[in-house]
Amino acid sequence: MKQSANGLLSRDSTKTVLASLISILIGLVVGSVIILLVGLADPDLSLSSAWEGIRLVFGGLLSTGRDAAGALTFGFNPTNVGNMLFRATPLILTGLSVAVAFKTGLFNIGAPGQYLMGTAASLMLALGIPSETVPTGLIWCIAFLGGILAGAIWGCIPGLVKALLNINEVLACIMTNWIAANLVTWMFDGSDFRNLVENTKSGYIYKTSYNGVETAKLGLDKLFPNSQVNGGIVIAIVMAILVYILMTKTTLGYELKACGSNRHAARYAGIRDKRNIVLSMAIAGGLSGAAAALYYLSGNTEFFWSTYQTLPAIGFNGIPVALLAASNPIGVVFTGCFMSMLDIVGLQLTNLTAYNEYITDVIIATIVYLSAFSLVIRMLLSGRKKHKTAVSVETASAAGPVPAEAAPPAEAGGPETDGTEEKGGEAT
Amino acid sequence: MTFLIQQTLIYAVPLMIVALAGVFAERSGIINLALEGIMIFGAFAGVLFVNLTQQAGVFAGAKEAGNWVALQGFELLAMLVAALVGALFSLLLSFASVNLKADQTIGGTALNLLAPALVLFLIRVIANQNTLQMAEGDAASWFMIRKSTLGIDRSTDLGFLGETFINRVYLATYICILLFIVLSIILYKTRFGLRLRSCGENPQAADSLGINVYRMRYAGTTISGALAGMGGFVYALTTANCASTGDVAGFGFLALAVMIFGNWKPLNIAGAALLFGLFKCIAASYASIDINGDGAFLLAEIGISPHFYRMLPYIITLVVLAFTSRKSRAPKAEGVPYDKGQR
Repeated sequence: MKQSANGLLSRDSTKTVLASLISILIGLVVGSVIILLVGLADPDLSLSSAWEGIRLVFGGLLSTGRDAAGALTFGFNPTNVGNMLFRATPLILTGLSVAVAFKTGLFNIGAPGQYLMGTAASLMLALGIPSETVPTGLIWCIAFLGGILAGAIWGCIPGLVKALLNINEVLACIMTNWIAANLVTWMFDGSDFRNLVENTKSGYIYKTSYNGVETAKLGLDKLFPNSQVNGGIVIAIVMAILVYILMTKTTLGYELKACGSNRHAARYAGIRDKRNIVLSMAIAGGLSGAAAALYYLSGNTEFFWSTYQTLPAIGFNGIPVALLAASNPIGVVFTGCFMSMLDIVGLQLTNLTAYNEYITDVIIATIVYLSAFSLVIRMLLSGRKKHKTAVSVETASAAGPVPAEAAPPAEAGGPETDGTEEKGGEAT
Repeated sequence: MTFLIQQTLIYAVPLMIVALAGVFAERSGIINLALEGIMIFGAFAGVLFVNLTQQAGVFAGAKEAGNWVALQGFELLAMLVAALVGALFSLLLSFASVNLKADQTIGGTALNLLAPALVLFLIRVIANQNTLQMAEGDAASWFMIRKSTLGIDRSTDLGFLGETFINRVYLATYICILLFIVLSIILYKTRFGLRLRSCGENPQAADSLGINVYRMRYAGTTISGALAGMGGFVYALTTANCASTGDVAGFGFLALAVMIFGNWKPLNIAGAALLFGLFKCIAASYASIDINGDGAFLLAEIGISPHFYRMLPYIITLVVLAFTSRKSRAPKAEGVPYDKGQR
């Protein structure tokens, strides 16, 4: 019995999960400490409000508001859980997008741009095709596929310049992000897709339900009443499984991973490395596009079209989702849910206390920072168990989610606007 | 033309100094992706310092008396604070990448996520809104150098050069240019600079000659953080009316592009920064640029969408990189954690 427990502990995957859990825990603690410090330093905030903030950081998902006496109450809150699943949908997909690129040795920081192009394409298709003549189900499918295609095409650009001109993909991705942000604004500026019916809403695009197009609920709304959840989460999970099969069970997946481990060795073995780089970025882009399509085709989200100054936070948050899951497609489903849970926590903090939702972004950033040296954490875990051999195996296979190839000349990375303002806010 | 040159300088100078920040880190062997985040944090620190000092009324007397020398000192002090905070913030990156041998790209990304989140969180708590501004007045009335501040009559014509470089300018711009020159000389003409560069090319060889690679990398990243933090504040001061919003509009990343385009060499970087500054300036104010002074706003009259002008700097970056990327040569050991025992 003891042996099997030891065996489980020394397995690589267990250590990865443990390292991620430790990162999450430290991240939450750091968030709590900041809340405590601010609570102590600010005369308007008392220690008890800091304590409330900390309790919400850890248990925000289960928060049910305040009771008559003004104390925080906790319990199962189906609305929160449903909203968490709804928000997890795009995060899972952008996380998959970043993870697929990681496996090929590429850092896809272009997810926001691909997400924006997917948004524009699926919204234009969903609103542009007349629902009088075409069944709405078909429009939904066309718009979904259109979003994927647009994202894939946008993802191809950094892939192509990387493969053919050897421009660092991180830099190319950042440039294409901002080009996409301006392009999308340009496409919608002055168009008929803007919501001109409702007052003060002309900054937004119509909800797709305006044209009768919305994602099927699949009965999930009965399960989680009053929430925005819909069938999108099912599609996201199915896509995660498909990506898992693609990466682990097919020749293409093997070739992609071979390029990620060592591009030159892969080419020597007869694998077309340039094609695979472009293909990997196209798949990554398609997944980001799918994220956007599922988010905006839900029928109850609005897109703020004048987006040239901000990039969508969902795109950037794909990076922590993928890192935390160590680029494992199945793990991404769980870390995506965790990230969206933090979103809910942020909302609860804003609604119920004097603190604001940005503390959850601090928590996410801390987790990313820790995952940068998750290798160290994992080595500590192995060292504690005194498994000398495990250590050496661990260090040998320690490339982690990161491209093993020494980072090429150029670089750049990270969000300019971060998870600050979610311009595509959802109005129910 | 005066307007064009001044505006270009305003955009080019932060780019230039932050790109040099990137050079110091990369030449020592650390990829500093966090430039954007450090800029955001530095801008916040500088603005907060200005705000708090104003509230404390320290320079109120100087402002009242029109003592512009004291006010310029105030500006320099704020730049210094921003640089210090930037340097401190960058220690997070050096600690992760030097001591813990973590992946530098992810470490930098984490700082880029952390800076705007933390800054916005604090701004919300401090100011109860999403921007932190000066406590009173605006950047122009407190810090801008005008003819009147120098005791020259408003109606005197200083000629083209005088109008461009003395009237309506910020001291910070010239300080940055001066720093840029001094630091470039340090990087190329001193023992310290040579040692720093050797750590980015071949750390093993450097170590064998008795250079402490870890310390050199800390030095490179810390200088980088200080410059980026200061650049962030200068950006906020000159283009955003000394306000911090948790955002520097992607300038940190543009600076990285400038650095790569400039091939990690200061002189090329200065040229690249001017080029980008020009395009940024066109994007920001194409409608009011009167190139030859005949009252015709040529760029606005062509009828090209403003969105195109805004896109232009990024498209140009991609195109320029496409032409130059084959020739560019990064420091050899950048991004590789130094391992003493490695063969």
